[in-house]
Amino acid sequence: MWAIALLVFREVLEAALIVSVVAAATRGVRRRGWFIGGGIGLGVLGALLVAAFAGAIAQSLSGVGQELFNAAVLLAAVVMIGWHVIWMSSHGRELTQHMKAVGSAVRTGASSLTMLLAVVALAVLREGSEIVLFLTGMLAGGADGLYQGLALGLLGGALVGFALYFGLLRIPIRHFFSATNGMLVLLAAGLASSAARYLVQADVLPAWGNQVWDSSWLLSDGSLAGSILHILVGYEARPAGIQLVFYATAVLVLVSGMRLLGHDGKSSPRHAEPAAKALTGSAS
Amino acid sequence: MNYAGSIALGLLLSLTTLGSAVAAEPAAYTLVLQNHRYQPTELHIPADTRVKLEVINKDPSPEEFESNDFPAEKIIMPKSSATLFVGPLKAGRYHFYGDFHQPTAQGTLIVE
Repeated sequence: MWAIALLVFREVLEAALIVSVVAAATRGVRRRGWFIGGGIGLGVLGALLVAAFAGAIAQSLSGVGQELFNAAVLLAAVVMIGWHVIWMSSHGRELTQHMKAVGSAVRTGASSLTMLLAVVALAVLREGSEIVLFLTGMLAGGADGLYQGLALGLLGGALVGFALYFGLLRIPIRHFFSATNGMLVLLAAGLASSAARYLVQADVLPAWGNQVWDSSWLLSDGSLAGSILHILVGYEARPAGIQLVFYATAVLVLVSGMRLLGHDGKSSPRHAEPAAKALTGSAS
Repeated sequence: MNYAGSIALGLLLSLTTLGSAVAAEPAAYTLVLQNHRYQPTELHIPADTRVKLEVINKDPSPEEFESNDFPAEKIIMPKSSATLFVGPLKAGRYHFYGDFHQPTAQGTLIVE
């Protein structure tokens, strides 16, 4: 039972951390519960589908279908997170001001929310399909304590997710959306780096240096702290050069996107800053 | 013009080699999974060389070939096989496992 609980826990944890950051990033948005719940539901459906077709995916594209599928799912999530943070950087200030003024219930762009729904769905799909495959194997083998293990693992992973979410809510509202946006950027960069790892494994991309450094003596990838940091900021004890390239590229593209496209042209950033300051001053 | 031409050719060549990371097919090694155990439990591969690793799963349940010591993460469906590319690794011992049956599915890559 404990072995089952542990595996389920580790997979749920990955998805739960991503869902928590998304949930925090959409704080104060109207109907976001439906979006996040819908994302999780779609993700579970997707996980069942992916598990059902896992054999076909594995056989496809001369044996590297699984790697290419994973890389595509990860990179799609990177693009969607990028879309959201760039959108947020132009509307985040309004959102903060609204939240200060009315507390919550802010109408936000449906397109950006849909992006985050998809991010949640993709995270649940990726980790969920592994759980489904694992459990079908266990069912076939007649393992003891399957359902208890599943329940414990789900509960444990969800608890860590909630802990992160409520921890994030303690960030002062003034810095809140810059903090969650920053976390989303690092999360996306980590996903891009993982995508690169799959592409190297499939021999589609060169590694450009197999181990640029080795910090496994300090924090191993297999440890709980290591895997939490892996999801949140893309930590790897032994990264390949190409992973660093993907990571840095994602950070650069998203941050410059936020800088360049973030301001929607209603006012230049130079004017917007003091205006926002004035508003914040009057509101507090 | 000639100079520019050779630069363009050089760029094109480097792009094509980059596109197909496998210029020469790497040496192939095989691991067999049976009763949720790897055979052999210690696989010897050459140092500083990229190898192609075929994992054959003879069990009726899926397994995930995975390692925390070198990049590898691949699901092997029941009664089937999958290949992945490993390395080049420096000489040493690299632990790997089967994520779905960790109590028994354990092994080591001996890179020498």
